[in-house]
Amino acid sequence: MTMPYYVAPEQAMKDKADFARKGIARGRSAVVLTFADGVLLCAENPSTTLRKLAEIYDRIAFAGVGKFNEFDQLRIAGIRHADLKGYSFSREDVDARSLANQYAQILGQIFTHEMKPMEVEIVVAEIGDDPKRDQLFHIRYDGTVIDETTFIVIGGDSETIAERLTAAYQPLSSLAEALRVAVRALGGPERTLIPDELEVALLSRTNGRRAFRRLDDDEVQAALAAAPDEPVAPSAAAAAPTIEGGGSAPTQ
Amino acid sequence: MRYGDGVLMAGDRRATSGNLISHRAMEKVFPADSHSVVGIAGAAGPAVEMVRLFQLQLEHYEKVEGSRLSLEGKANQLGIMIRGNLPAAMQGLVVVPLFAGYDEKRGTGRLFEYDVTGGRYEERDYAATGSGSLHGGTVIKLGFRDNLTRDESIDLAIKALFHAADEDSATGGPDLMRGIFPVVATVDRVGFLRVDDAELAQRTSALLEELRSNRGGLPR
Repeated sequence: MTMPYYVAPEQAMKDKADFARKGIARGRSAVVLTFADGVLLCAENPSTTLRKLAEIYDRIAFAGVGKFNEFDQLRIAGIRHADLKGYSFSREDVDARSLANQYAQILGQIFTHEMKPMEVEIVVAEIGDDPKRDQLFHIRYDGTVIDETTFIVIGGDSETIAERLTAAYQPLSSLAEALRVAVRALGGPERTLIPDELEVALLSRTNGRRAFRRLDDDEVQAALAAAPDEPVAPSAAAAAPTIEGGGSAPTQ
Repeated sequence: MRYGDGVLMAGDRRATSGNLISHRAMEKVFPADSHSVVGIAGAAGPAVEMVRLFQLQLEHYEKVEGSRLSLEGKANQLGIMIRGNLPAAMQGLVVVPLFAGYDEKRGTGRLFEYDVTGGRYEERDYAATGSGSLHGGTVIKLGFRDNLTRDESIDLAIKALFHAADEDSATGGPDLMRGIFPVVATVDRVGFLRVDDAELAQRTSALLEELRSNRGGLPR
């Protein structure tokens, strides 16, 4: 007869968290940031067919990193949730906050009750009628939700990238500026990422009902070329909000 | 109807219940997605609901799969939905839509008509549905030729709806007093585009002028 042995809940949770974190750390990162015209989503992704960024609804977008099949499952569940809600009630009743909570429920549930947690980290972004109403939600593998208004970095190297972004991010910048800042933060000082290695999409206030739009390589190249090459003045960068700002408590 | 750059669909604005006019500004032509258009005839409630569900299905597919359905795929999907409505159709709630769009693979406009059982029939040049379809369809039949320009096809569609309304009590003509004109939409390589009311007003008055000057074949 085998003896069941005791594992402290603290230990079990820690093991699961370590496992999930390790899985996520293997993948490349993505950043989501607000700019004057909406929300820019930018991921390091050499594939042109397997997407990390996606449209969820009229004004809502999704970014996911980690294990592809797992965050893709979440993406499809989100689209289904949003489409069903918009069809049953009205298009304006679909919002990112409720979707983020749904995701948090799913991830939290799986983290606590399943053997294997999901090795994913996702962002749900929504644009409003003006920049003040833009919302970003960061949902982690354990169901923790954090809401932001400036930027979110997810994926393997997120802490370093977030530091770089904190230094360079400016609110209400142009698309070209925002893209340059995002690409530089993703690449770091040693690497210069080229459009082939990037997946870029945006939620734009000027894009009609469906705000989501992907930028192709030529558009990314053009936007990167259009941005001034000088780094932003340190004094301006210091005024930028930091990643800790606006964080809220876990919801589980 | 097909024209040089793609396809055009137009619909009048009248809804009736029995012999009364229940709605003067009803819309019967809708974008199905960015590159296709659907027009309805028959029982208004189920028809509008069918369009709503059809739009949802196309958008849902596009978002989940990351690419749009083929035009053929969309046409078949609408056929399945009409077949699903067959029991209701047997009770009198018939829905017979038209579907058209720009086939991005073939680089041409295509159009489809349906019967109550969901049978899907592709037409080469033009199709008409609804109570005024006989008269409207005949006007198009006589005025149609290959590679009409956008402007010519809009004028022909307005004329067809005018004559349909002239003969059929359940088809509404242009309402100059209230400023209500038919819904006219084109779909070409760039996508769905609704013709705006200012242009329709101007084209309608040109048509009326032509009809007044030589009575344009109108019987007294």
